Amino acid sequence: MKESRARLGAARADSLFELSVTVVAGLTLALVWTLVAKMILDAQMSISEFGPGFVTSGTWDPNRDVYGALPFIFGTLLTSGIAILIGVPLSIGIAIYLSELAPPWIREPLSFVVELLAAVPSVIYGLWAMYALRPVMVETIEPIFVALLGWTPLFQGEPVGLDKFTAGIILAIMIIPTVASVSKEAMMAVPDSQREAALSLGATQSEATRIAVLSYARSGIFGASILGLGRAVGETMAVTMTIGNANLISWSLLDPGQTMASLVANNWGEAQGLQLSALIEIGVVLFIVALVVNVLARLVIGRFTKAVPATGGGL
Amino acid sequence: MNTYAYRKLKDRLASALALACIIAALVPLVYILVEVIRAGAPAIDWEFLTSRTKGTGEAGEGIGNAILGTLLLVGYASLIGLPVGLLTGVYVSEYGNNRFGTTVRFFNDVLANFPSIVIGLLAYALVVDLLNVGFSLIAGSFALAIIMIPIVANTTEEALRLVPNSLREGALALGVPRWITVLKVLLANARAGVVTGALLSIARIAGETAPLLLTAFYSNYWSASATEPIASLPLTIFRNYNSPSDVLLQQAWGAALVLILMVLTLNIGVRLFMMKRKKNSKAVKKTWKTRLSLRA
Repeated sequence: MKESRARLGAARADSLFELSVTVVAGLTLALVWTLVAKMILDAQMSISEFGPGFVTSGTWDPNRDVYGALPFIFGTLLTSGIAILIGVPLSIGIAIYLSELAPPWIREPLSFVVELLAAVPSVIYGLWAMYALRPVMVETIEPIFVALLGWTPLFQGEPVGLDKFTAGIILAIMIIPTVASVSKEAMMAVPDSQREAALSLGATQSEATRIAVLSYARSGIFGASILGLGRAVGETMAVTMTIGNANLISWSLLDPGQTMASLVANNWGEAQGLQLSALIEIGVVLFIVALVVNVLARLVIGRFTKAVPATGGGL
Repeated sequence: MNTYAYRKLKDRLASALALACIIAALVPLVYILVEVIRAGAPAIDWEFLTSRTKGTGEAGEGIGNAILGTLLLVGYASLIGLPVGLLTGVYVSEYGNNRFGTTVRFFNDVLANFPSIVIGLLAYALVVDLLNVGFSLIAGSFALAIIMIPIVANTTEEALRLVPNSLREGALALGVPRWITVLKVLLANARAGVVTGALLSIARIAGETAPLLLTAFYSNYWSASATEPIASLPLTIFRNYNSPSDVLLQQAWGAALVLILMVLTLNIGVRLFMMKRKKNSKAVKKTWKTRLSLRA
């Protein structure tokens, strides 16, 4: 009798424990979605005032209380575009080196060092960009681009260093650890038989990498790039400190600009009323973009890991 | 044209290019470290570390209140984030083999990759706006905790998954209730991975800036009150990076040095310590990756 009661107690404690961890696990989920709802509620003033025109209007004028997000969406797309254009090829090169070329003893430490790039706080990237990267941009990199590509609309004007180009470069550096690591994992998940098959047909190492590894890991690399895009879109401090903060739409990378995230960071302290609501609406847009990008990346990478049998190298 | 010599040359070039890519990525890292140490080190002395920021650029400015603020923010955030993250990880690994578990896992992965400024906006919506607390230590800690939860949950889950099933079966076969099995057998075995994840998540939130800008704001005074704005190292850098005053700029570099030392010590220390314990190296590698949210 006593024993069965004890067993009953143990069973009760068991289900109590399971219930409480379930509740805690669900709590974060519920909380985040409640807060999203609250955010949309806060943005309601701006949503009802400007409607869908919010994302197509280019005016952001606190004096007239008229707000439109187009310059910031434009700035976000342009800087993230530069980041992807520069960061992704670099990351693929890094991933190839780490998974295919590096001597085995150096792979681990070298991957660790590349991933340390992700540990440096964003505000320190910004500080460094302001005082170390900016002079290099003004004196060397931007004049070279103006000389080569000055005829395109992308490189008009004087190099000042606080512009979309510098912001894009900083973003490119910041997405490297993400894109390189995920791509490396994708490449390492390629079965060795693929490499051996290519090599046995007489391919050189680089040909084998192209034929056997890159084509096999394609969707993983694609997913990695989308994750990198997500990081670039939401990055705030380093961009705020380097982009020059001007609410204008200009195709020239040498002009200052503004991204959605940097606008929120710049105007948060003093914004009130309709402006605050508009900033929160920009936050909602950012939330939706981040959600879509991340879910997409997960689905792409998820498909790729399912396609690869569990050989131990999966993500 | 497609001779062996030409293909060999192409092969060499491709290898050199890949090596160049990795060097191109390491240059900024080394340059940042060198620059922060070079510009930050002259600022560091006892007075600098123990007196408060004034924001005026007079002599005698320090970052003591910012160091205290960062410690408080990280401490309060850990009070919320560590237990919630740990229990979420336990749920997903041990009880989450169902639809709800998959959902929780998926959203934790998504949340881990969310822009921190959006997390800041969420925390603002709850603490500053809904609860009407205003810019405060508690709002900042809450934002940091939301960032922390998915990281701790994912690393805990990975660590628990590496515990062999025979241990679960053995404990249950001996008549140990399931919840005691989880707490005393599984978590004890996975503790290296769990602790690693917790430390890495602390390193991550210590450097967060955007969410604090939106929630904790800043104060030039010594403050430990939960409902008052509070200083932090990242925001000290952000407020002063563009300052015309040399003293304030120096303050930003000094704060950057202290911050980067904190973050890198945690990252490298955890890694080195765990590398020594070879037994756990697999768990550590996984944890490291999960911290970066690189898991699919």
